[in-house]
Amino acid sequence: MREVYLDNVATTPVLPEVVKVMLPYLKEAYGNVQSLHNWGDSAREAVEEARNKVADLIGGKAEEVIFTASGTESNNFAVKGLAMAQQSKGKHIVVSAIEHFSVLHSAKTLEKWGFEVSEVPVDKYGLVDPDKVANSLRKDTILVSIMHANSEVGTIEPIKEIASVVKQSGAIFHTDAVATAGTIPVDVGELGVDALSLAGNEFYGPKGSGALWLKKGVRIIPFLDGGVQEGGKRAGTENVPAIAGLGKAAELAKADIGARAKRLSPLRDKLLAKLPQRIEHVIVTGHPTQRLPGHASFCVEFIEGEAMLMLLNSKGIAVSSGSACTSRALKASHVLIAMGLPHEIAQGSLLFSFGLDNTEEDVDYVLEAMPPIVERLRQMSPLYAKFLKGKKGGK
Amino acid sequence: MPVYNEKVMDHFMNPRNVGEIENPDGVGEVGNPVCGDMMTFYIKVKNNHISDVKYKTFGCGAAIAVSSMVSEMAKGKTLEEAKKLTPALVAQQLEGLPSNKYHCSNLGAQALNKAIDDYQKKQGSKAKSQKGVKK
Repeated sequence: MREVYLDNVATTPVLPEVVKVMLPYLKEAYGNVQSLHNWGDSAREAVEEARNKVADLIGGKAEEVIFTASGTESNNFAVKGLAMAQQSKGKHIVVSAIEHFSVLHSAKTLEKWGFEVSEVPVDKYGLVDPDKVANSLRKDTILVSIMHANSEVGTIEPIKEIASVVKQSGAIFHTDAVATAGTIPVDVGELGVDALSLAGNEFYGPKGSGALWLKKGVRIIPFLDGGVQEGGKRAGTENVPAIAGLGKAAELAKADIGARAKRLSPLRDKLLAKLPQRIEHVIVTGHPTQRLPGHASFCVEFIEGEAMLMLLNSKGIAVSSGSACTSRALKASHVLIAMGLPHEIAQGSLLFSFGLDNTEEDVDYVLEAMPPIVERLRQMSPLYAKFLKGKKGGK
Repeated sequence: MPVYNEKVMDHFMNPRNVGEIENPDGVGEVGNPVCGDMMTFYIKVKNNHISDVKYKTFGCGAAIAVSSMVSEMAKGKTLEEAKKLTPALVAQQLEGLPSNKYHCSNLGAQALNKAIDDYQKKQGSKAKSQKGVKK
């Protein structure tokens, strides 16, 4: 059976060059970065080399990069750590309604700790309006966190415009760039942000690798107390293989970013155009043009995402869905609901995310596999039966 | 993939008795798309037995497998027996459901029950109107 992996937002594969760079630090070069002997030296060199490469990917300085264990950790660290460091100036925080849970739930925790949180709404494409951010700012706003792109619907946010609005207010601006760093050009200076989260497993690096870029001079309260690792900002023995892998992935992404987008965008565009042509009542979710290169997301009406996902899996196609049934919490995607989609349509969410291993044949295979799957589930859907009856009645 | 066992997967991949019955004797609908799952059961009744059962289901793999299993369990049973079907018995026949799917997707027995209620209500009102005719 053909196997087509189209879930690169969940995680990308790890490139062989990345694995190669990691292996010595799992084998002979096992030293602890903090050790003062030769073993420590080689580990330290690897970490500092990776720091340079990650800084280079996003246009920052090496000393501004703090390694973490995931995008989630970076977001938690940024939102809670920056808010805690600024709390003498105020206790108001602004986030968008479609942030990743690592930001939204961190904001919820801050609420429990006595902070106030405002959620900026999005439009039907999932776009955050900089004017709405401006309207939400108050004198006591200390932190704004808006994602660079949403991985569920692929929409890229106007971060530069939002950052300039926030800067005027004096609040700190953090962006979750987990979906963009290593995928599209990201430059912290050009974006005008104060802090930025990224994760290696979104751009062909290893899982368990992440970083928070924090502009020099911006204060943060450490999350993990302990030793002097990461400039005292993130204690704990450095995960040298993961960090080395992240560095290599950053280096490869930096060199190849334009070519990658050029490879992925046609696959995305073909699926975005053809799937709604092949199957009736399929809605494209997210922005039509301001979207991630390899990202095609839809809602298929009258049926549910998990069932589609399982049937696609039986054809060797791996995708994800924002339906309530696929989430452990059994809640429909907060992103789709924030974009104004009704629950029953959000239930039919399906997300195809292309990576470097994919080809146009994969798109054709999906276009072939999807119609019978949708037809099969619609034939057993009471919602579809009702829709058909309504249509007949209307005529 | 969600952690479904082989039996659940079999009923999901090859659901039994899917469809609608024309002129059913009873119809039962439960759930709504907000919580994720929706099921409509149709029954035919002959001599107090469920002679045919079909359903339509909007929902996840578990919801579809549950519907299929309920339809198999209900067929041929007396109304009294069929009414004794519970979500627990259905889950047992399916050899277990993931814990987070146990409640939301396990609506089949309830939908079947509603269909039987619907049938009995109709019978009741039929009996009443027949009485009325006699008078």
